[in-house]
Amino acid sequence: MTATMNRPTTAPTGARVAVDGATTTIRPRKPILASSGGPTKRPAAAAHLSDADVERLGQELDAVRDRIIASRGAKDAAYIRRVIRVQRTLEIAGRATLLLSRRKSAFVAGTAMLSVAKILENMEIGHNVLHGQWDWMRDPDIHSTTWEWDFVTPAAAWKHTHNDLHHTWTNVLGKDKDVGYSTLRMAEDQPWRPFNLLNPAINAVLAPFFEWGIAIYDLELEAVKEGEKSKEALKKDLKAVGRKVVRQVTKDYVATPVAALPFGSSKQALIGTFTANAIRNVWAHSVIFCGHFPDGVDTFTEEEIEGETRGDWYIRQMLGSANISGSKLMHLMTGNLSHQIEHHCFPDLPSNRYHEVAVEMREICQRYGLPYTTGPIHRQVGQAWAKVFRLALPPRPKALPKNAVNAPVPPRRAALPMVASVG
Amino acid sequence: MAQIRALRRVASILTTPLAPEDVIGLFNPLSSSRQLRGVVTKVTRETPESTTIHFRPGRGWNPHAAGQWARIGVEIDGVRQWRSYSLSAAVGHDPAITVTAIGFVSTALARNTKVGDILFLDTPQGDFVLPEHPRPLLMLTAGSGLTPVMSMIRTLVPRRPDADVVLVHSARTREDALFHDELLELADQFPGLRVEHWYTREQGGRRLDLSTVTDLETLCPDWRDRAAYACGPTDFLDAASELWLRDGDDEAHTNLTIERFAPVLLEGSGGEGGLVTFEKSDKEVEVGGDVPLLEAGENCGVVMPSGCRMGICRSCLTPLVAGKVRDLRTGEVHGDEGELIQTCVNAAAGPVHLDI
Repeated sequence: MTATMNRPTTAPTGARVAVDGATTTIRPRKPILASSGGPTKRPAAAAHLSDADVERLGQELDAVRDRIIASRGAKDAAYIRRVIRVQRTLEIAGRATLLLSRRKSAFVAGTAMLSVAKILENMEIGHNVLHGQWDWMRDPDIHSTTWEWDFVTPAAAWKHTHNDLHHTWTNVLGKDKDVGYSTLRMAEDQPWRPFNLLNPAINAVLAPFFEWGIAIYDLELEAVKEGEKSKEALKKDLKAVGRKVVRQVTKDYVATPVAALPFGSSKQALIGTFTANAIRNVWAHSVIFCGHFPDGVDTFTEEEIEGETRGDWYIRQMLGSANISGSKLMHLMTGNLSHQIEHHCFPDLPSNRYHEVAVEMREICQRYGLPYTTGPIHRQVGQAWAKVFRLALPPRPKALPKNAVNAPVPPRRAALPMVASVG
Repeated sequence: MAQIRALRRVASILTTPLAPEDVIGLFNPLSSSRQLRGVVTKVTRETPESTTIHFRPGRGWNPHAAGQWARIGVEIDGVRQWRSYSLSAAVGHDPAITVTAIGFVSTALARNTKVGDILFLDTPQGDFVLPEHPRPLLMLTAGSGLTPVMSMIRTLVPRRPDADVVLVHSARTREDALFHDELLELADQFPGLRVEHWYTREQGGRRLDLSTVTDLETLCPDWRDRAAYACGPTDFLDAASELWLRDGDDEAHTNLTIERFAPVLLEGSGGEGGLVTFEKSDKEVEVGGDVPLLEAGENCGVVMPSGCRMGICRSCLTPLVAGKVRDLRTGEVHGDEGELIQTCVNAAAGPVHLDI
């Protein structure tokens, strides 16, 4: 077993399939999953599995999903309403406290409350509602089609790049632009360019201004350049993001300081909202970088997804994601993206149930001999940052073993013990 | 009003992306920018199987006309379910619905509703309402079909000395008869109301027979001269319309107004596909039971929202107007009025109407 899939990335040719002769639709479309068989070449970490194994794994995971769906109910609904209630209360309390932020204690308390509120709003509420995790409640107030979040990128734009593209093409080089957000070099298989020397600098700026980075990323400027997205669509998106920017900036940087004016706390309130946004941005950036960039996470080639079955699709999500271990509070504050593997296999299950899924997911991974990458947040963040630095430099050619064509790169995994084969 | 609107705009600068109503919702459960709500103020048991639920609606409710109905939403095990109910209260009073425990939603409403519960509402609708000018009336009702007529009687009889109403109401037994005591009291008190109860069990199991004029002639000999309103089960109403057509004089044909309370749902055989109608796009297509609705729409030129096309991203959600769909992943047949359907993984199970 080797971990080599070193192949230069190619342009996403598969995405240009004409749709029923219609030439207007050239955005990437998901190929229909094969009902049986498998890709000609499975990812190295799953190469020991036969088609039948993969099919059975797919059925097992489908069964997990069905069981959670069948047991969704009033308790889950009460959970998300409680989180929303706490978040809104914190937000009001935080902003109100900032009005008196001339006092240092009020400044610290207000900024802290607002930061936590913004983190909850983006992570456990916004991200998950926009995934449709709570659509089953049929509550138009908590629904993926109506929700707008406290983040500069409009929900609609993010749903497209995140739900449609990233979650469908997870870690497929050339297709999933989340691998480096079209700016950073985040996979060994991405070709090195001198520009990548800026990797650490770009990432250091990106972290505190993450929401702005995502807003620009969601415009898909690359797709426009390549002709996959029309100029008209870009214009429409620019208008939408412009409107959102005006509202967001007005709220945090104009209205809140103005409201603090009578209390002589204007300047402190402005610093407070800016700090809260920055804290939320750094946190979101860290959590999201833990999802797909720590050691042990694989990227894939288009060849490897050709002929993918349901089971293979699950395997790609499992191999392409990493969890964060920690307390209940950690799971809440990461929006349960600490269960990234579970989230990627079942993006629309309610987030409060992922910890249940995780128990079964670990067991299944162990039984099928598949890695399950997880670790405490400091280690995962450290590994992601190490990658940012490492990949800033061009790959160093390695001496090849005498009778090998490709150099086997030993997999670096911080994972559960692997079991050789399926019983 | 203008001041409130201006205040709301100022507040929304600080609450964005939420609406001010979302924040007020922390303190006032009736506050929402998207969904009209009401709070239950009183719950009365009418019969062993029926309950009247009084509620106070939030801002945005229109007062109902006697005989109208409203869509009522209730959360059952975390999922919002909607059904239509006739409003039984008199005009000018807080609205009330009278629910009989038949079916999943009505049973939950009738049995579990408590004072203080929140109901989700849509404004009153329907043209089963009193005539504009006073004239003799005949009300022909069966079972819970009495509810819209009760609102008419409560509105009209005590307020109009010139009212002339005959109510013929059919129920299984005296205990099952809705509003029994109240109706008798009203008839006692006001000469403008006459009530004829027909208890099927006391008639030896014989139901009120509308296939011939015999029963009707006995209960209300001048039925032809009255404007008639009928509400009840489907076969009851079908028999009534036939009777009026056949035995009424020319003018009497148009004298019958009917309210059906079975929802207009399309009967689907399931699994065989069916005719899919895209209402806003004004397109129809006959599709097989294995074709996702998304594909069906796209193939006939409807601009369908779409995303991952495999049931994950929910970019394709489209409201269902009527009919049933089959989840191609599970084979489960589902579909409630207004439900948002993932068109990429659902196929028609019989005729389907989509709101797009």
